[in-house]
This record gives sequence, structure tokens and C-alpha cells, in this order.
Amino acid sequence: MKNDKNIIEVKNLVKHFGGVYAVNDLSLKIPRGEVVSIIGPNGSGKSTLVNLLSGMVEINSGVVILNDAEKLKKIKSYEIQDLSITRTFQEVRLFEQMTVIDNLLVVLTNRSVFGSFFEVHKKYHLEEVERMLQRVGLEAKKNQLAKNLSYGQRKLLEIARALLMKTEIYLFDEPFAGLFHAMIKTVSGIIKDLRKEGKTVILIEHNMDLIRELSDYVFVMDEGSLLAEGEPDSVLKKKSVIEAYLGK
Amino acid sequence: MNYTVYYIVHLLTMFSIYAILGVSLNLVVGYTGLVSVTQAAFYGIGAYATALIAKTAGFGFFSSMLIGVIVAGLIGLLIGLVLSKFRDDYYVIVTVGFNIIAYGIFMNWHSLTRGPLGIVAVPRPKIDFLGLHLDFNNNLLFLALVLVFLALIYFLARFIAKSSFGRVLKAIREDEKAIQVFGYNAFYFKLAIFVISAGMAAVAGSFFASYLRFTSPNTFVLMESVLILSMIILGGLANLKGSLLGAFILVLLPELMRFVGFPNEIAAEMRQIVYGVILVLLMIYKPSGIMGEYKL
Repeated sequence: MKNDKNIIEVKNLVKHFGGVYAVNDLSLKIPRGEVVSIIGPNGSGKSTLVNLLSGMVEINSGVVILNDAEKLKKIKSYEIQDLSITRTFQEVRLFEQMTVIDNLLVVLTNRSVFGSFFEVHKKYHLEEVERMLQRVGLEAKKNQLAKNLSYGQRKLLEIARALLMKTEIYLFDEPFAGLFHAMIKTVSGIIKDLRKEGKTVILIEHNMDLIRELSDYVFVMDEGSLLAEGEPDSVLKKKSVIEAYLGK
Repeated sequence: MNYTVYYIVHLLTMFSIYAILGVSLNLVVGYTGLVSVTQAAFYGIGAYATALIAKTAGFGFFSSMLIGVIVAGLIGLLIGLVLSKFRDDYYVIVTVGFNIIAYGIFMNWHSLTRGPLGIVAVPRPKIDFLGLHLDFNNNLLFLALVLVFLALIYFLARFIAKSSFGRVLKAIREDEKAIQVFGYNAFYFKLAIFVISAGMAAVAGSFFASYLRFTSPNTFVLMESVLILSMIILGGLANLKGSLLGAFILVLLPELMRFVGFPNEIAAEMRQIVYGVILVLLMIYKPSGIMGEYKL
């Protein structure tokens, strides 16, 4: 961890679904401007952590501290934009019966009812969307319905939508899953660019080569708790981490 | 006016009233994905507000209509607040409940609505402005007025559908939780469109009461809401032209039944059966409706 300024600190975070603790007394610090990977076997609580940070599920107890200052015991999903957080989803969630271009334009819209009612999308909105579509290689698909895209294209569109939010924190939940080589290159290029721009990326991923290539720091979760943390090469060699993935 | 012209004018007037209802409901169901079965309640509120205010307070038709729209909008706001607690199937059931409550009020609040007797002698609009004297007792003129309002409501709905606001509504329809992550509080957007739709339906109610010069609870039963919903599903969800087409089919179908030889007394009932069969076939072969851009 190179940066000692934390953009997110999670203290004693708990989330349970009935009697099952998906996140159990989790504490960790995420430094600003780095790519931080969260790994762990399926069901270890990685996606629940992202859902908690993005207000998709309610925090049972614990606190999320932003920028070493703002303490949050509750996060509402429609407020995370104000906290400069955006995300993608493990299972892609697009606006299926809308065109590719509308899937992107919608996040550039005025957030208030009255503001959006009388808003006309300006030329720069459209140009921004066109640029983003070129960046992810979907410019030829812009007038297609999102539901007609291939799986990889859907993932790319979701990433493009998150990028248009221009936030400080990006939560990417398995962005490489199911992508072809060329698409993996596009997405890893995007993550590298975000790091260059000083943005913070929290990456949930299973591909160890990509984790080594992209991450500055790695947290390993198991059964809702933190199992290990450190720089990728050292963490991925730890016996406890290998056992959590492969079994004892 | 000879009988044929009178008959065509009547059909076009009824088409226009149903088209307003269809366009208003399509904003809620087709564009926002909220399956509401209570449009007849707002239709009724518009009809009763116009009839009562015009008759008892002596207001003109347009002022009465405006008050009807405001009343329907306020009631829409209250109902919308309650509906915000519900989703999917529960949402539908609660809207059904509201229609039943509205019908119960129209039927049983005798001192206000005269119950099943209804309100008679509802006045027609009149315009006396800057030397212009128009009396809408003439059905042809009345049709022209309803068509003007249909056009206004159609273009307002089109403006909404094409605006950024409309795009957010569609995103709410597709994935409410996902759009919230991007900073939109879906609650306010859903409430706003529900209130707008209620106000539009009240306009249709005002014209209906004034056209027939009479209003009674039996027009605003739950089946009427089901019929309006079926109409937009048939014509096409999230397509305003589809609402017009649905209304056209709805109004013309019983007339066609008459022409193919069904006796008058069973033509209306047969309409329900044929309409039901068309809907079943459509759901099997084209679930988005004839011109629809959204599949439930």
C-alpha cells in the first residue's frame, strides 16, 4: 500500500441474511488512487461488500468512513453518486429494452424530476457517449437494444456506463468474467487508465494473472471476514489463501 | 346533422376520450412499467368534479375541468405515495383496491354524487371570448374540442416520452434498483408520472360527463380500468400511437359486431369475448402489442 490516505475505511461491518453472515465484523482500509482487488472463494462475501458500499443492501452494523472524515452507518443507493461512487454488477444489469446509446445517455441526465423534464441533451452529451462507445468498441451497436448484445458486449456497455459517471471510486464486480481476450485487454486498459487518472478501483476478480497485473493491493475474504491482505505476489503465495481457494 | 354523420361523430368522440385515457395510462404502464388498474378512478374523479363544480358552483366547463385535473392530481399524489410501498403483483392488487374504493365512493356518497342516480344535466362547454362565441352543444364542435385536447395531451405525452425524464422512466421500468445506483431517486419520478397520468385521465372524464350530460358510477367500475389497460396492451406498450390504435379498435369493435349481424343487445357482451380472444392471441404471438416497444 503506497498511499496512506484512505478513500474508504470499513469498520466492523456486518451484514447477515437471516442467520447467515455474509459479511462478518469486517474492517479494512482502501487507499486513494490505487487498484485494490478483493478476492476469495464463492460465497466469501465479496459481492455483498460491494452491495453494502453501493447501498444495494442495508448495513446491519458497523460504519463506512469516506476520505477519513465522513462516517456512514446507512448508504442509500441513489446517494452514492454524491459520494463519488459508481459500480458494475456481477450479473450484468442493463436497461434491456433500451438502446445502447440510451443506456449511456440516461446516466448523463439531470437527476431531479423538474430538471430532467425540461432538459435537452446537448451536443457534448452525445459526443461524450460516442467517445465512450468507441473506447469500448461498441460504436457500431449504438442503436441496438441492449438485450440484443452478446454477453461480452453487455459487460463492456456496463463498464462504459460506469465510466460516464466520472466518480472517484469504481466498484467493478467481476468485470472480466466471460470476456474474450480482446475485450479483456480493453477492460484492463480502462482500469490502468483509471489508476493513471488517480481514481480508486475496487476490483472483485478470480483471474489471478489479472489480479497480479492490475492490483496494487489485495484483500482476501473468506466466510465474510478478512483472511489476508497485502501486495499481490506475497498474498497469493500465503498458505491460508491457497487453502481457502483450493481446500485444505 | 343526419344520422350517419351523427353516428360517426359519436364514434370519433368516444374514440378521442378513450385515446386520452390510453395515452395517459401508457405513460405509467408502458413507459414506467407500473401496471396500474385504477385509471377509471381518475376518469371518474374528472367526470364527477366537472359535473359537480359546473352544476353546483356554476363554474364554466374549462374551470371545472381544471379543478377536476387538480383534484385528480392530488388524489393521484396520495395514492402514488401509498403505491410507492408496493411492487410488481402487490402494486397491481393495490391499484385494483383503489378503483374499488373510488367506485364505492361514487356509488355511496349520496349527498355528493347522488349515488346510482348519477348527476344529470352536466353542461357543455361554451366559449365567449373576444367576440368569439362557440357553443359546444353542437356535437361536431364538441368533437373538434375533444380532438384539440387529445392532440395537446398526445404531444405533451410525446414530449415526456422523448425527454430525459422519459428516458429515466424507461430505465426505472427496466431496472429500478440499477438506475438508483446512478443517482436517481425513482420514488419522485414514479410519483410525478402517476400524478401527470391521473390529471390527463381526469380531462377524459370531464369530456365524458359533458358529452353525455350525465355521469354515474357504473362507467367507472374496475372493468373499465381493465379495458383501458387491455386497450394499451393491444395497441402497444410504450408507443403512443399504439394507444390511439388500441382506442380505435376498442371503440369500433362493438360497431363492427353490429355490422356482421350480432343483435344490438349482445354485441356489447360479444365485444368483451372477442376482445379477450384477441388479447390472448396477442400475448401468445406478439406480447408487446401491435405497435409496442416494450414487453411486460
